[in-house]
Amino acid sequence: MAVAQKTPTREPKVVVAEFSKEEELSAYRTMLTIRRFEEKAGQMYGMGLIGGFCHLYIGQEAVVVGMQMTLKPGDQVITGYREHGHMIATGMDLKGIMAELTGRAHGYSKGKGGSMHMFSVEKGFYGGHGIVGAQVPLGTGLGFADRYRGTDNLSVTYFGDGAANQGQVYESFNMASLWKLPVIYVIENNRYAMGTAITRSHAEVNLSRRGVSFNIPGDQVDGMDVRTVKAAGGKAAEWCRSGKGPYILEMLTYRYRGHSMSDPAKYRTREEVDEIRTHHDPIDMARQRILEKKFANEEALKKVDAEIRDQVNQAAEFATQDPEPDPSELYTDVYR
Amino acid sequence: MPTEVLMPALSPTMEKGNLAKWLKKEGDKIKSGDVIAEIETDKATMEVEAADEGTLGKILVPEGTADVAVNTPIAVILGEGEDKAAIKATKPSQQQKAAESAPPAQAPKQETKVQDTPAPKPSKGPEAPVQHIASDPDIPEGTEMVTITMREALRDAMAEEMRRDKDVFVMGEEVAEYQGAYKVTQGLLQEFGANRVIDTPITEHGFAGLGIGAGLAGLKPIVEFMTFNFAMQAIDQLINSAAKTLYMSGGQMGCQIVFRGPNGAAARVAAQHSQDYSAWYSHIPGLKVIAPSTAADAKGLLKAAIRDPNPVIFLENEILYGHSSPVPRLDDFVLPIGKAKMVRPGNDVTIVSWAMGMTYALKAAEELASDGIDAEVIDLRTIRPMDTETIIASVQKTGRAVTVEEGWQQSGVGAEIAARIMERAFDYLDAPVARVAGKDVPMPYAANLEKLALPSVAEVVEAAKAVCYR
Repeated sequence: MAVAQKTPTREPKVVVAEFSKEEELSAYRTMLTIRRFEEKAGQMYGMGLIGGFCHLYIGQEAVVVGMQMTLKPGDQVITGYREHGHMIATGMDLKGIMAELTGRAHGYSKGKGGSMHMFSVEKGFYGGHGIVGAQVPLGTGLGFADRYRGTDNLSVTYFGDGAANQGQVYESFNMASLWKLPVIYVIENNRYAMGTAITRSHAEVNLSRRGVSFNIPGDQVDGMDVRTVKAAGGKAAEWCRSGKGPYILEMLTYRYRGHSMSDPAKYRTREEVDEIRTHHDPIDMARQRILEKKFANEEALKKVDAEIRDQVNQAAEFATQDPEPDPSELYTDVYR
Repeated sequence: MPTEVLMPALSPTMEKGNLAKWLKKEGDKIKSGDVIAEIETDKATMEVEAADEGTLGKILVPEGTADVAVNTPIAVILGEGEDKAAIKATKPSQQQKAAESAPPAQAPKQETKVQDTPAPKPSKGPEAPVQHIASDPDIPEGTEMVTITMREALRDAMAEEMRRDKDVFVMGEEVAEYQGAYKVTQGLLQEFGANRVIDTPITEHGFAGLGIGAGLAGLKPIVEFMTFNFAMQAIDQLINSAAKTLYMSGGQMGCQIVFRGPNGAAARVAAQHSQDYSAWYSHIPGLKVIAPSTAADAKGLLKAAIRDPNPVIFLENEILYGHSSPVPRLDDFVLPIGKAKMVRPGNDVTIVSWAMGMTYALKAAEELASDGIDAEVIDLRTIRPMDTETIIASVQKTGRAVTVEEGWQQSGVGAEIAARIMERAFDYLDAPVARVAGKDVPMPYAANLEKLALPSVAEVVEAAKAVCYR
């Protein structure tokens, strides 16, 4: 059944959100770190150092960086398998992430999880889940725990436009709204569920409306601009923390790379990718603003770039030197 | 320093590919992310993106070249201020030094190091750990034994644990105001309130996952399924999220949670409401699976399950809910998970069962006794981890074994027990192990057919006699 819909409008409400110098520079640095890390991961995959599946976050950096700016200690973050950016944004160590990608002993999961399965209790990062949509009830449960304990923390539960069609998402919406659980559902709409365009798979393409029948408010947000992400996230966080229940944010974003490393991306045109890269790149736009507002000059930004490259290279070096897990680890961590 | 661009692998299995097309020519400016070439394999065409900025200094592999091995240098990118003369300088040693700006050139060095890591011999992995599980605690002499139903025992276990630990809560369909679809949670709402005894919508997949999320956050949920038949809607969460997360996180993040509810056949509810999931869940490393047959075991093991830091599947039985048996009146009666119980000593044949199967096993043992066959009956109580020692010790004594279960035979728990006996006590066996199981059909509705589909005392007696050659 191929019923073409018209292309969804991608004109979200513009929320003015001016960043201070510190915010702008800090967001720029984190987004660039994610970009460089992912480029390096892509290279290392190409060299055979990373196995299995590897889903890169390139293009979507503003979403997680903007959202993270609205969180406070004790808040929880959970997402699916395109999670390298989320881990970097929560402050997890680049070496530990890269060493997990290469399946080594000092990876975050001792080499037992790989690209899709990493966690950090310390940083409030609850994974890293490989089954599409499964993180949504889990993230709702994190919010349940916040409410049960009577804290004003919240859970940020990320999922993609593809996962947004899974039944368990709506089971979760129902309970979250019914019990007023503090959960921000962040739908990272990058337009393609693997290779299927949203217009070919979603009866309602405005995903911010997916909570309507559960009385969950939702906004469409320009997910390519870290400032609008932060503004929308801040509003949603305030809603959740004040006991009003969950909130949906549909982030209109775009992934430059394929669904995974082995995706030839024949379902979209190069012109489409180029258009976004040239005119809407979250990092280029941030860089432009920084220069225009004279928050930093070219030279200072080059220095930032060099520092990030250095950190990423060190992580790559670590991840290739670190030994594989000891064979004795085969049987550990099944039970505790 | 010039940077080599290497032939990338599109997947871990790719060894070589064709260089279909160059999209940039020598002398072109390149920035990170630009597509510089297209490569193709038998499966896909892919674009090669530049990872560095600079000028395309030299194309080393012309377009149209077939079967280029992965990691072969295909081009050289010149950095700012470098000219073609620098290309000669890309000797391996210098490439390594240039690692910071020339990531792909690290490959040879890195790969060598990887290979240098002493690889474990694939033929000999580590031994699986051996479990040591404590015996049941001694019940002090003079302890009063109170006869209660299994339903009451389960409720008492939950109530005691909820009094003991405020992180323990119960959720499920009809557990609160309705007092439990099978009245197992009777009175809990009144004692603990609606914050800890939570009625869920009919949404097994969702609330199982929500419970696991709460468990990952450190709470200790008891999730009731109205029956385990409905838990098939949620089984992805039970297995992929609850059972595997501890391992996938390298031991960092686990989930303390109990999934409980009636399992297996009740009476006249037909195929979709009568399945026994003992074998299904016991297949999964990371889960513990308990299936008690008496009120005391139900209480002691449910308390243990709630305290256990791992996900536990607690399989109850609707018919057994109403069966009464003595439970010791103790402040804190907890039994070890993973310990079978020899409930009837005997010398001629070992009968192993659990849960509802025990009702057939014990009646059969009595009948066999009147025929002069002295059966030893073992109640497995926990399916995973399975107490192989107790079974083997018994079979070494009797030389014969019969397993009894309501579930299907293929890949069943009886099959697993038989295999373990074969592996560990082959020389002690005087007859092949016999399995009594549910018939290989969906459960029929008609009373006579349902009876035929389930195991019976007569079948157990017959099997025991057969292995005794009587």
